[in-house]
Amino acid sequence: MTATLRPAGASAPAGRRRARRRPPAVLAVPATLAAALALLPLGYLAVRALENGPGYAWDVLAAERTVELLARSLGLTATVVTLCLLLGVSLAWLTVRTALPAPRLWTVLATLPLAVPSYVAAFAWVSALPGLAGFTGATLALTLACFPYVYLPTAAALRRVDPAQEEAARSLGLGAWRVFARITLPQLRPAAAGGGLLVALYVLSDFGAVSIMRYETFTRAIHTSYRASFDRTPAAVLSCLLVVLTVLLVVGENRSRGRAGHARTGSGTARPPLRLGLGRWTAPALAWCTAVAAAAVAFPLATLGYWIAVGNSATWEPGRLWDAVQNTVTVAGLGALATVLLALPVGVIAARYRGRTARLLEQAAYAGHALPGITVALALVFFSVRYAYPLYQQLPLLVVAYVVLFLPLAVSATRSAVLQAPPVLEDAARSLGRRPLQVLREVTVPLAAPGVAAGAALTFVVIMKELPATLLLRPTGMDTLATRLWAETTVSAYAAAAPYAAALILVAAVPAYLLGRHRS
Amino acid sequence: MKSEPARRARLRTLAAVAAAAVVLPAAAACGSDNGDGGKDGKGEKNNSLVVYSGRDEALVAPLLKDLEKETGLKVEVRYGDTAELAAQILEEGDRTKAGLFFAQDGGALGALSKEGVLDKLPQKSLDKVDAKYRGGKDDWVGVSGRSRVVIYNTDKVAEKDLPKSVHELTDAKWKGKVGYAPTNASFHAFVTAMRVSEGEKKTRDWLTAFKANSPKVYEKNGAVRDGVDAGEASLGLINHYYWFEKRKEVGEDKLNSKLHFLPGSDPGALVNVAGVGVLKGGQSEAGRKAVDFLLGKDAQTYFAKETSEYPLVAGVTSPVEGLPALNTLGGPDIDLSELDSLEKTLELLKDVGMV
Repeated sequence: MTATLRPAGASAPAGRRRARRRPPAVLAVPATLAAALALLPLGYLAVRALENGPGYAWDVLAAERTVELLARSLGLTATVVTLCLLLGVSLAWLTVRTALPAPRLWTVLATLPLAVPSYVAAFAWVSALPGLAGFTGATLALTLACFPYVYLPTAAALRRVDPAQEEAARSLGLGAWRVFARITLPQLRPAAAGGGLLVALYVLSDFGAVSIMRYETFTRAIHTSYRASFDRTPAAVLSCLLVVLTVLLVVGENRSRGRAGHARTGSGTARPPLRLGLGRWTAPALAWCTAVAAAAVAFPLATLGYWIAVGNSATWEPGRLWDAVQNTVTVAGLGALATVLLALPVGVIAARYRGRTARLLEQAAYAGHALPGITVALALVFFSVRYAYPLYQQLPLLVVAYVVLFLPLAVSATRSAVLQAPPVLEDAARSLGRRPLQVLREVTVPLAAPGVAAGAALTFVVIMKELPATLLLRPTGMDTLATRLWAETTVSAYAAAAPYAAALILVAAVPAYLLGRHRS
Repeated sequence: MKSEPARRARLRTLAAVAAAAVVLPAAAACGSDNGDGGKDGKGEKNNSLVVYSGRDEALVAPLLKDLEKETGLKVEVRYGDTAELAAQILEEGDRTKAGLFFAQDGGALGALSKEGVLDKLPQKSLDKVDAKYRGGKDDWVGVSGRSRVVIYNTDKVAEKDLPKSVHELTDAKWKGKVGYAPTNASFHAFVTAMRVSEGEKKTRDWLTAFKANSPKVYEKNGAVRDGVDAGEASLGLINHYYWFEKRKEVGEDKLNSKLHFLPGSDPGALVNVAGVGVLKGGQSEAGRKAVDFLLGKDAQTYFAKETSEYPLVAGVTSPVEGLPALNTLGGPDIDLSELDSLEKTLELLKDVGMV
């Protein structure tokens, strides 16, 4: 007989959670450090926002234009998140739970868009269809770039759903759709909502796609303020507002999680879920998957190929390209490693402990995630020049910047991986006399390892594509694929830029492919 | 299954890496507190120079190689966006690593000049360039010039219908047909020039009327050019060399656009500069050497050839085909150093709702 923890009300898990309100020091100390690091930019923003007096800051905040920007940013965010949920959940369901032909191929294809930088995708679209510029184009480019953030956790959650529950529901007379709506969907909610949150924060912080699509948002206004006025106060004030938005979104997502437990209890392991025959729906399902893959992956790649073919600015510099590849892999590797290490304690605490401290730690990790890269980069310039000068424009500082920028990606992966591991195993280890650190490394981490590795792969891909912070903080003279791509496109030598863009996508495709193959 | 000791060893390694990641920055931070100024990277050696370049690498890198060869300086370059680098220099304050700032436009140099982080340049260097093309406080100098122009789509606009002034662009016949990049620094410089030469009120009226004429908004000059070339817009406001770059890239026969240089003292014919300033500190001597190199005949000719920009030093003429001579260009009669009143321009642009 199998059983899963029932949502809210099952007294045993709730009682156990209450008993463990306070995380042990071995988790709390590094988690606090990670949170403090993530909060650094906020300190800088406070300094800059108020340096010309609160009156000026208020003027910027109260301007009519700020409200308008807020509405535009939120409108774009809501639209992109909705579309990403639609794409992500539908593809996850098709690839995991139906008899779609070649499910592995589609799984990988649904993950690969992660490897395409949103500015490359936006550029490909707007150069082919200039009429797209504006809200439509920004929505299109961002949706296609971001839906894997929903797809990946949702597909993983779908694989974990114990078919026994669905079978029970079927046997009690529910039809396939109602089983999906009443049994499956609620179990997907935390995963999809977590993915949706990451999408929302990405959209809020994105500069590349919205600037190419010429859609004015908060982040674009922040850039304009740096670029045009050399006045850092308005940028800082608008950034503070982004932080407030982020916190509201994170709190909202936290609430929507509810108190459901999702680990399987009981003996044995769950069977792999059943795949639903698609029958006459096979063709439309295949068409849908093909259309998404074509738009998100094939189209940008084809455009790059076209640029290489038509332009005569293409100068093939294999040595330079190889250098950039090596640098990119190095910084992304170090960045992903540091991010995951610091995210681990935060993720474990977020999954296992309740109470204000746990909540605050997780929210702190997210607080700066919607800030544009340029803001985070200037904050680190500010602090390192003053307090860590020997590190300034050195590799370690760049790695710290990546941690600050991308901590939430690894935290969310860790958190959901730990949630899957039954807490009873940890309790058993504790009752057998293991100390918290021993429990962590003998039970929690090994069980969550695949999920944590997936988080590392995701962080790796995202760091590869990062541009603004890399430009300001990299060691002088060091080039990554993203900075080379930027350098070539600023002189509008598309053909010369294309090999770097293609290399970026190909290298990023490796971890993205592994993510797609990853089975939780 | 892995043995217990092996797993422990692995965890220990992990823990050590994590500890190092945490401790190293902290240790370095402590170390910096008692650091003596001489070790701050700046002025380590007299013959090394760090350049922050807001100009594109493809344009500047070969030139700076020649600079190394000619002067024996060891040159390191950071490339970035001009304004972002200016912001970075301002955040760095007097601990900046930069010895020379190579900016895409006078506005950024003006902002640094205003904060007092630039060193005065020797008169002998300044004298090589017409006073029109350098900073008012003698702390920066233009090295190449670019003209604002009107680009037009040859299928959509006949030569005889071209406007003679930007003031005609508010006419109903151009409604929805003009492309521009309101957030672009070159556009801001143009508006500033109009403010300075024609006054606040006239500029505000023009901006309001221009915006009411539904111009198409683009991110950069390059996008405006592509938009006009593709026929999305009939006219566009850009810098002259963007068109020459595209001509190099795809060839003239594939272009559907041409340039129109506005005559007279129209602000739409402003000639702005890319320029350099030397940062105060240990690298200023090396910086001054670099300035002299950039104002030398070779570097000036290089700019003219590679970037299609105008050489600014007397006696060097541009070899670019189809480019009108610098002294035949129109443009408002203003002091370029007044273009640093960028903040007023931005307030104006914000007021009319353009940025």
